[in-house]
Amino acid sequence: MYHIISIRDFERKDLDYLLDRAEEFETGRYPPGLLEGKLVALLFFEPSTRTRMSFAAALARLGGQSISLDSVEASSIVKGETLADTIRVVSGYVDAIVLRHPREGAARLATEFASVPVINAGDGAGQHPSQTLLDLYTIRKSMPLDGINVGLLGDLRYGRTAHSLALALSLYGVTLHTIAPGGLEMPVNITLKLRERGVEVVEHASVEEVIRELDVLYVTRIQRERFPDTASYYNVASSYRITTQLLEGVRDNLMILHPLPRAGEIDPAVDRTPYARYFEQARNGVPVRMALLHEVMR
Amino acid sequence: MSKKDTARGLLVSPIRNGTVIDHITAGEALNVLRILGITGSTTECLSIATNVESRRLGKKDIVKIENRELRKEEVDRIALLAPQARINIIRDYQVVEKKGVEIPRILKGVVRCPNPGCITNTNEPVESTFEVLDKGLHCLYCDWLIKDDIANHII
Repeated sequence: MYHIISIRDFERKDLDYLLDRAEEFETGRYPPGLLEGKLVALLFFEPSTRTRMSFAAALARLGGQSISLDSVEASSIVKGETLADTIRVVSGYVDAIVLRHPREGAARLATEFASVPVINAGDGAGQHPSQTLLDLYTIRKSMPLDGINVGLLGDLRYGRTAHSLALALSLYGVTLHTIAPGGLEMPVNITLKLRERGVEVVEHASVEEVIRELDVLYVTRIQRERFPDTASYYNVASSYRITTQLLEGVRDNLMILHPLPRAGEIDPAVDRTPYARYFEQARNGVPVRMALLHEVMR
Repeated sequence: MSKKDTARGLLVSPIRNGTVIDHITAGEALNVLRILGITGSTTECLSIATNVESRRLGKKDIVKIENRELRKEEVDRIALLAPQARINIIRDYQVVEKKGVEIPRILKGVVRCPNPGCITNTNEPVESTFEVLDKGLHCLYCDWLIKDDIANHII
């Protein structure tokens, strides 16, 4: 059975293959009704707009249908049901499960109890492989992935999208520039893994000192929900912001990406510049997730 | 007690049946007892020697536990704290089995994941699972890496 849990499980050829498939789906090169008759459970134990809706849209475009857990409060979770039991039960209803959960490792656990394929749609501060694939896909549409300079800005400690993306990019010989507020630096297990893979990781104190060298600037939000208290959140939340002034003198091909939602990290005036590619990035979630859904159920 | 024993200072008497854990890293004897679940309120007859001179290690700890033979999962836990420990199983004053400890490649249910957000720190019916790497212990659920202070995370 083919599960999609962590970007760590993928080799470069697997990523390239999925990106190629996504391109086929985006350009309409696929037969209609590929997943007709297939039913997928969207189990979202945390809020989501883009991931949830784009999985639903991807499935609908392939002719499949989805059922979803609309709210944790209205389910047996409030009665103390374990995720393991929920997964075992739901496995009996559907052909695949898309899972988002606040706990790290939840998707890995789900694979032990599921009798159908599981796709990780984000587990706590852990992994979010479908987001990473759409990030890679967005970059690859504009430039080859090999050897580019990528800046990762923001909450690199709790931001799972930054972890997954950094690991994926390590397969393409990129140089990573990290810019994180104090206390929100990338976890040691990720940086060790990156260095093990021979990636050059350069830490910077501010985005100003590196932005003119970058091909891609990946901005992430401060993960408010992962802070123990609001005081420590506000302490760092306002410490960085991308403005049009900051973009003077950057490379012509610079792409600014953001997994969204944003919470003030990018000035809306930046949306009108050619560097702002985050809405296109969000749109790319559909062909990428079509490729993933088709891959696990074919 | 012979003259020789007195001169060397016989610290603990031999046991009839049970386990002798020798060559424990100096200072780790109490941690070894803790991970074996032996506390002040348990009934085992124990002898503990700490910081004893050792030709191999310089200093070492020794633990003798009467009437208890260690199980494999207990030995696995000891290996994390005292990788050079030797386990001697004693029956009727004779050593009937002598074995070293070996850290297994995968540790299941031995170490608690320090990541409070890890799914193994919930009521889910799974055991913590760590892969043993040169750089530390890697949680196979949440990818957390324990680099040091492993004793404090042993269940």
